[in-house]
Amino acid sequence: MNEYVIEMLNITKEFPGIRANDDITLRLRRGEIHALLGENGAGKSTLMSVLFGLYQPEKGVIKKDGEIVRIKDPNDANTLNIGMVHQHFKLVEVFTVLENIILGVEPNKMGFLQKKVARKKVVELSERYGLKIDPDALIENISVGMQQRVEILKMLYRDNDILIFDEPTAVLTPQEIDELMQIMRSFAAEGKSILFITHKLNEIMAVADRCTVLRKGKCIGTVDVKDTDKVKLSRMMVGRDVEFIVTKDDATPGDVVLDVKHLTVPSKSHKNNAVKDVSFQVRAGEIVCLAGIEGNGQTECVYALTGLEKPSAGTITLKGEPIVLIGRKRGKQSAEALGKVKTILMPIRHRSKLGMSHIPEDRQKFGLVLDYSLEQNLVLQRYWEPTFQKSGFIRNLSVRQYAEKLIKQYDIRSGQGPITSARSMSGGNQQKAIVARELDKNPELLVAVQPTRGLDVGAIEYIHHQLIAARDKGKGVFLVSLELDEVVNVSDRILVMYEGEIVGEFDPKKTTVEELGLFMAGAKKQTAERTVH
Amino acid sequence: MEAKKRRTLRIPGSTSILASLISIGVGLIVGLILLYVLNAKAAGGAFISLVTTGFRSTDKFAKMLYQAAPLIMTGLSVGFAFKTGLFNIGATGQYTVGAAFALIGAIQFQLPWYICLLLAFIGGAIWGIFPGLFKALYNVNEVITSIMFNWIAMFAVNLTINNLPMMLAKYWGGAQMDRTANLAQANPSALIPRMGLDVLMKSNYMNISIFIAIIFALISWVILSKTTFGYELKACGYNRNASIYAGINAKRNIVLSMVISGAFAGVGGGLYFLAGTGQYTLVKQLLSAGFNGIPVALLATSNPIGTIFSAFFVSYIQVGGDAMQPDFVKEIIDIIISVIIYLAAFALLTRELLARGKQRRADDAADAMDAIAPAPEAKDEVK
Repeated sequence: MNEYVIEMLNITKEFPGIRANDDITLRLRRGEIHALLGENGAGKSTLMSVLFGLYQPEKGVIKKDGEIVRIKDPNDANTLNIGMVHQHFKLVEVFTVLENIILGVEPNKMGFLQKKVARKKVVELSERYGLKIDPDALIENISVGMQQRVEILKMLYRDNDILIFDEPTAVLTPQEIDELMQIMRSFAAEGKSILFITHKLNEIMAVADRCTVLRKGKCIGTVDVKDTDKVKLSRMMVGRDVEFIVTKDDATPGDVVLDVKHLTVPSKSHKNNAVKDVSFQVRAGEIVCLAGIEGNGQTECVYALTGLEKPSAGTITLKGEPIVLIGRKRGKQSAEALGKVKTILMPIRHRSKLGMSHIPEDRQKFGLVLDYSLEQNLVLQRYWEPTFQKSGFIRNLSVRQYAEKLIKQYDIRSGQGPITSARSMSGGNQQKAIVARELDKNPELLVAVQPTRGLDVGAIEYIHHQLIAARDKGKGVFLVSLELDEVVNVSDRILVMYEGEIVGEFDPKKTTVEELGLFMAGAKKQTAERTVH
Repeated sequence: MEAKKRRTLRIPGSTSILASLISIGVGLIVGLILLYVLNAKAAGGAFISLVTTGFRSTDKFAKMLYQAAPLIMTGLSVGFAFKTGLFNIGATGQYTVGAAFALIGAIQFQLPWYICLLLAFIGGAIWGIFPGLFKALYNVNEVITSIMFNWIAMFAVNLTINNLPMMLAKYWGGAQMDRTANLAQANPSALIPRMGLDVLMKSNYMNISIFIAIIFALISWVILSKTTFGYELKACGYNRNASIYAGINAKRNIVLSMVISGAFAGVGGGLYFLAGTGQYTLVKQLLSAGFNGIPVALLATSNPIGTIFSAFFVSYIQVGGDAMQPDFVKEIIDIIISVIIYLAAFALLTRELLARGKQRRADDAADAMDAIAPAPEAKDEVK
């Protein structure tokens, strides 16, 4: 039997002006976990799309068990037992777990669905691999971790033995990541072969047997993980040395910039409050990080801060000025109601003028107008300033000059400079554009929500430096992050949020990722009264 | 050479124009096929008159311009709302109200033409407010409200004119019961000036309305592409979330956009009926000029300057269509014209198809972009 189960030989895939894959060779052994490492835009996705039949390469061949195969579309890939867990899950929200797993390969008798047969197989598989699921739960009601298990079961149900995982850990807690690693190992032990796309070096070191590194569309090399280390891998990936530990001086917190008291925000998806009576402060010159697993109220908390959503109770004060103050409802506290507490809800523009900057969680939904050019996006928060407009007419020259300045200063790379459509830019550079715009406003408070999501090591390093530089200039930084490494590395103070409440406050120097993980999962809670300032 | 061609294609405007031309071509071919199917003997001649009549005489050319003016206005109306992410299917209602305001000003109050046009502007704007308000405050889909307001407009206008005896042709000695007065009799000062153009073009249809429409197109273009207001409007249209994030008052902009859009359509109604060649007829039927604004705007991919030319095209085909009689009956001609316009309005789809090929390549390329295209290269391309 051939040693390699899949061989991609000398794959070249060109797009106009760009060679996304340049003579790449990747060989996957039977029963190994093979990591595919590279920066954003290094060509990982293109290579996997070629393997999955979404693109046809200009040059090169794919061999399965030593025989040349042509993969014209994902169905062909499936016939060859190649399965893939996409980064963004491909599940039908309103279907049950079982229905999603069998979707497309439903067992039937003369067109009638044989659910019992399917259920038996799914339950068997789930027990065999320890993939805990509830076959009758609706996808929309289950956690992200379980959704991922459903995706994995989909591959197993189809008897796939070549499994591609596209950045599978991005949405998981540390404990869930450990679990996933275990599952991957058990697959490998059984002889299934795994391709694991990631840019997290820790995970590669932990689980992979070999690693292929791509850079700028070229294959830099394939190494045995046991013969290498993180520093070497990152040098291969980026082409230079990368600092892992963010070096920063101790914070010297100054005045309170942001003061949040008893903030309560209703949820849009369920009847409970998404944020429950939360109080905290951010001072000038410190980075406060709100950690937690996705969907525990961080998003709503940020929306209330930045004005995208209306809280139902509480006060928010920015630089001593109340930007949100919810007057109490009549009846409940009549004495105070008589004192006529007026509700204040400052519009977003005013908050921005007061010195709030916001790097939003979803850069394409909120951060950018994708059909606008780069320069138009760079003035999105400032176009109304006299520098950029005169009696209602946009001063194109000033906009262009300003854009060119930011592009140079923040090293935003794009095809056509200021007039590039934002849509055509890579994710990393889109994020750089937002960071440039929000930092150049010279804010007093920077609200940064997952500023490094989906970015590669080089870009992450860059954005972390920018956050710390802002802090050192005496700005308050409120960072919301799901990445524990980022939380521990960058912040000066950590707040952990679980189910809408702040369940713990930590000093990053005195805590561990594991401890934070327990709090994030709700397994622990600081019982002592947190000092509410 | 190859590189040059590629660069031309990269300019968004050129893709739009190319898409519009392809769509027109496809529309005409399908129209020709239809003609052959329906009446093979006369098809060739009819097609030739369809595509050449507009240029055959100054008279026909003038008629084309005369019909184009209100089309430009309704096209601008629809296009302006499109740019803000709204589908103003209510242009016909706003057009009707604009026409009624203008005619009441002209006949009932004996006002001069420019005041009447201003009234048309106001009437259309008022009719645009409602769908805008419903959308902004209650998030009611503007398509539903504007369709309802189309019918409300028509019946309200019919009711009003019926109850103003002075408005009707009969009052001024006309024979028809169901028509507004002939402006030449009722108030010649309300007629849009002809400035000798009618003599020059040897046509009764010719007046300055086409220039007024072009001026509005320029105004619309300036608003959309030169002002902060236009910047905000388009930001709302392209990505409402991002505009809210940037502190733009999206609700205000929705209402304003509908008001301006309605005002454009209203002026269209004013221009058409103040020309004096058409009289408002009290029928239970929505005026088609408003709906024709939709393909005009689509064909122009909502670009105000493009709207001028696409309105010319639609008007040209209509004038040519009239010349296909008697070989083809009026209804058949309408069908053919609709088919051509319908396919021509696929410009957006065609552009999408043209762009998708490019976009797919660009998207995939974008990943590799930051690594492969270094900044200095980018500078070249700007120049």
